[in-house]
Amino acid sequence: MVKEIERAGIPVVHMCTVVPISLTVGANRIVPTIAIPHPLGDPKLDPKEEKALRRKLVEKALRALETEVTEQTVFEK
Amino acid sequence: MRGGEQMGKIKVVHYINQFFAGIGGEEKADHRPEVREEVLGPGLAIKAGLGDNAEIVATVICGDSYFGENIEEAKKEILELVKKYNPDLFIAGPAFNAGRYGVACGTITEAVQNELGVPALTGMYIENPGADMFKKAVYIVSTKDSAAGMRDAVKNMVPLALKLVKGEEIGSPEEEGYLPRGIRKNYFTDKRGSERAVDMMLKKLAGEPFETEFPMPDFDRVDPNPAVKDITKAKIAIVTSGGAVPKGNPDHIESSSAQKYGKYDIEGIDNLDPSNGETAHGGYDPVYANDDLDRVIPVDVLRDLEREGKIGELHRYYYSTVGNGTAVANAKKFASEFSKELVADGVDAVILTST
Repeated sequence: MVKEIERAGIPVVHMCTVVPISLTVGANRIVPTIAIPHPLGDPKLDPKEEKALRRKLVEKALRALETEVTEQTVFEK
Repeated sequence: MRGGEQMGKIKVVHYINQFFAGIGGEEKADHRPEVREEVLGPGLAIKAGLGDNAEIVATVICGDSYFGENIEEAKKEILELVKKYNPDLFIAGPAFNAGRYGVACGTITEAVQNELGVPALTGMYIENPGADMFKKAVYIVSTKDSAAGMRDAVKNMVPLALKLVKGEEIGSPEEEGYLPRGIRKNYFTDKRGSERAVDMMLKKLAGEPFETEFPMPDFDRVDPNPAVKDITKAKIAIVTSGGAVPKGNPDHIESSSAQKYGKYDIEGIDNLDPSNGETAHGGYDPVYANDDLDRVIPVDVLRDLEREGKIGELHRYYYSTVGNGTAVANAKKFASEFSKELVADGVDAVILTST
């Protein structure tokens, strides 16, 4: 899906936990996430901390969208 | 003499996930690597196929999520477990179309082959992401997309495994049933190249099927689009393969092998909770997503950022499907359809989340 969105001309950031799969499917902007069943959260944290963690990840995704890339790029943790 | 019989036997270590080991489904996918000195699950069919000349001495088990989330550590732990048995042969899977399992099987097969020098192979469906990642590095027997294809998978895996361990010559991918590895092999034919080329050309002109001797590699890559100039003015849409849906899954999106996607209105929703959102995905433990769907699609945070002026606008609709064994052709079709709508709606950027 990520490739079709990119093909349509819209910059897209892929937020996922298994980065090698994202690389294989051809995402260009990749932000690694927490875990497969809860990519953008961590149930071990209290709700406030969890939301702060999520916000950090989303902000990183926004930075990725603002960053020019010429090849597949993983925006590390 | 017992000892004498044992010595001649090929020692096999088999790798499977928590599901095929009978430990549990997605709720047990974080199961850490362990070894059992018994034959389990698909190992029974493999054992039957191998016959009296080989013995599965141990089965290594690891949960798919544990592997996917800790690839390097899991690989190391599993290699240690395999090494202890000093096997003559290593078989992983088959993984069919289970993505995390396929990646695990490919990773560990490659590691056993390259780091322990033990003949190794696995099996999976051609669209499994593990297939593209590892088909050049290891022998991957081509299987059907579900465990209904176990019989056929084992029928192809066993003879190839025995050839590998005996050091016999391996035939072409078509003959042996493995995924092409991109290896060119010289051989003698009766017809010289020019004749074969003319034959192909004549067939092509006549509209008949012909088989190229030099398939072009399939590099389906899309260049990155330019960056968003000003994110504070950008309209951002959420797309997910994590199966996020409104409470009750109104479109009945399938929990695996999805045939459709959904488009859902989030106007006025500031926060997702069990009253307005859940997941339809059958390929991961849904407890966390059903408890708080913001863990899959970050609506709460994007609303905050919208209010604070850090982004222009969160698009009114999100698009969602279940990326669990879903055919690549379907995923492609879904996304090319909704991408047209995203363009028409003036969306500047997409955040795509996957589980």
